[in-house]
Amino acid sequence: MSKLIKLKRGFDIKLAGKAKAEVKTFPAVKTFAIKPTDFVGMQRPKVLVKEGDTVKAGTPILYDKKMEKVQIVAPVSGEVVEVKRGEKRKLLEIKILADQEIAFEQFDKYTEADLQAASKEKIVDHMAQAGVWPQIIQRPYGIVANPDDTPKSIFITGFDTHPLAPDYGVLLKGQENYFQAGIEILQKLTSGKIHLGLDGSKETPVVFAQTKGLEITKFTGSHPAGNVGVHIHHLDPINKGELVWTVNPYGVAQIGKLFVNGTYDASKVIAITGSEVKDAVYTATYLGACVDSFIQGNLKNNHVRVISGNVLTGEKINRDGYVGYYDHQITVIPEGDYYEFLGWMKPTAEKLSYHKALGLLSFLFPNKEYVLDSNARGEERAFVQTGVFESVTPMDIYPVYLLKAIMAEDYDEMEELGLYEVIEEDLALCEFVDVSKHPVQELVRKGIELLQYS
Amino acid sequence: MKFLRDLLDKQKPLFQKGGKLENLYYLYEAGETFLFSPNHTTAARGAQIKDAIDLKRMMITVVIAMVPCLLFGIYNTGHMHFLAVGEEASFGDKVLLGLELVLPIVLVSYASGGLVEAIFAVVRKHPINEGFLVTGMLIPLVVPATLPLWQVALATVFAVVIAKEVFGGTGMNILNVAMTARAFLYFAYPAQISGDQVWTYLGDKTPVDGFSGATALAVTYQAGQDGTNAVASLAEHNSSIMEGMFGFANMFFGFIPGSIGETSTLMVLLGAVILLATGVASWKVMLSAFGGAYVMALFMQLVAVNEYMALPAHYHLVIGGIAFGIVFMATDPVSAAQTETGKWIYGALIGILTIVIRVTNPAYPEGIMLAVLFMNVFAPLIDHYVVQGNKKRRLQRATV
Repeated sequence: MSKLIKLKRGFDIKLAGKAKAEVKTFPAVKTFAIKPTDFVGMQRPKVLVKEGDTVKAGTPILYDKKMEKVQIVAPVSGEVVEVKRGEKRKLLEIKILADQEIAFEQFDKYTEADLQAASKEKIVDHMAQAGVWPQIIQRPYGIVANPDDTPKSIFITGFDTHPLAPDYGVLLKGQENYFQAGIEILQKLTSGKIHLGLDGSKETPVVFAQTKGLEITKFTGSHPAGNVGVHIHHLDPINKGELVWTVNPYGVAQIGKLFVNGTYDASKVIAITGSEVKDAVYTATYLGACVDSFIQGNLKNNHVRVISGNVLTGEKINRDGYVGYYDHQITVIPEGDYYEFLGWMKPTAEKLSYHKALGLLSFLFPNKEYVLDSNARGEERAFVQTGVFESVTPMDIYPVYLLKAIMAEDYDEMEELGLYEVIEEDLALCEFVDVSKHPVQELVRKGIELLQYS
Repeated sequence: MKFLRDLLDKQKPLFQKGGKLENLYYLYEAGETFLFSPNHTTAARGAQIKDAIDLKRMMITVVIAMVPCLLFGIYNTGHMHFLAVGEEASFGDKVLLGLELVLPIVLVSYASGGLVEAIFAVVRKHPINEGFLVTGMLIPLVVPATLPLWQVALATVFAVVIAKEVFGGTGMNILNVAMTARAFLYFAYPAQISGDQVWTYLGDKTPVDGFSGATALAVTYQAGQDGTNAVASLAEHNSSIMEGMFGFANMFFGFIPGSIGETSTLMVLLGAVILLATGVASWKVMLSAFGGAYVMALFMQLVAVNEYMALPAHYHLVIGGIAFGIVFMATDPVSAAQTETGKWIYGALIGILTIVIRVTNPAYPEGIMLAVLFMNVFAPLIDHYVVQGNKKRRLQRATV
């Protein structure tokens, strides 16, 4: 029997435009891109390909000079059509025009016996070389893990509570064997346990139900109950000097595929969500897909914002932008660049609020699915209201004090108040509910960088 | 509303960088954002949608919560006047007189404080903060209707500058701004804000025989001095004018002399209901403060050595400004304790201190003002230990 942890604090943002549980085919995606900016903490990206080169799925195209072992590889085979740079030659995108038929680099296959015999070093090198390593994220800091470290435990979250988040049951349908293989490989990498957090209020997806070798804990409660950071905090909290790794279930399956099939398989199912898409469904594509195929002709109106990821932690992308490396959904919401007469005191049930202050009536309709736009809803102010951040953060952390320590660049305070335990997504809800409209996630990253490079 | 928008858009370049009135940008911005919520959108990274609340809405909620007190205060100011001079007057006359006295105070408070805010915004180049919406209304409610207007202005300016702006504006202050204004008046001009003469407006008329302008607190204090039963003294007080003026029920309803907005416990509770239903004020602070006061008053009653101490505990909650102070001043999120555990301690100590100051200190008839200010100063210390506890838990975990 698995353990059950009931979380009381949090808030579910219910939005219109949840994806139907069907996988639809859209016109074929032509280009795919790897965005070095998706790898938080990548300090000196170095491109290995030039425009015009041809690559196979699994050909290294990029690495970080600070961590040379880890290769980032092409998700599909085809021709490198653009290496896009921004200001100061900052590397932005490496675009690949995909072949009709994907050709794969061939890597070693491992049988069950090979796997048992293989040393940790050999496995790590294999993973790093074949491009699956960036799926492993290190806490603290939320950066790509260093292959030379050994974490005290590895955490996987089996459910996503973000707004309109995809269902892992759909994303990983039929991948039980790969997932199991991935877990067996991860077991070689840690001295401790591998934890899987599951939604205690829903049926466990098939892909997780049969897996062995895991420590399963169920969680119930509102968002951020599905965040891996919350799970770590409750099961095996990170203290100064300790390392925990986290892997998305997709990454686990991808690792499994590499060892079982000998290929870098970047195929993934993503959810197309949001109030402004006509057909909110799942679709099968590859990592880094250009979104234009999914939204062309699939929009209700034209004044929209396309987001790679969800509305809390995602990133705004162009209509011909690319799905982020770690994202499994895109969300399309209305752009909110309009003025509203007396908008600050007009009673409204159309806009969602965690609060109940004068005229905010959304609390009367707890099950309504809202259409929310990207309007900033007011201006930034000093912290005034108290107790709100704590009430949406199911951890023993004082977010406001932590954020103030970051603003003051007080290293000791940041450490003592628990900055090692959070990354942006764990406090993203604070950014949403904030009366004073602080850029909470930006601050969290700023604090992390201060600690990381101090 | 399009013409308004067009008008604003037309003027905008004047205030923007390079415009003639560039320095006054934040004044323009205050006006613009008052009329229209801005068209800003969220950043490319991070939360793409935001909660519908903003500070303006939160502050206006508090102002609305004070409206029952204000309206009652206006009526009661007129009502007390006609009662004291022994004239029959209609409801309309009372309200008119009340308006005549109270409205100027409200206007002066908003105008003088608003001016200071505007000057600071322009000089220090920061947006005008909405916090003053609340302060500007609180100050009139905690002064007597007879207060000279220049004193209202002076106290407001003093409080906004010394209690708030020098610390960096709304959100940075240590003391509750409105309470600071009152304390300033109390110590600088005690003659106009204490004693028996200031609470009821008489004008050029003479009061009827047997009228006393003393407040319930003063009567109770006197009872303690004279060794007469406090409840009996309260009951007899002004009985020739109005039977049972200082009876429990009447004091609860608020037809008694006092500062403009604080006399009616009922109206304060109505405000409290608004604040709690909207979640703007902390129920923990309110509950623990009322609880602390009641328990402390009970304790005083138990160990009573004089008649003041023997005053029944529930009387303490309806006389003086304690209810108003707890509901509107103690709950100010900026100057109160900011941790949830801290709020319990902070509130309870405000209640306890109020009663201690009332009963044991002859120099200050009312305790809530000093109790709130005192605990404002100590709130960061309470929080410090609560946060320290959090850090300690984290450290202990590390060694296990």
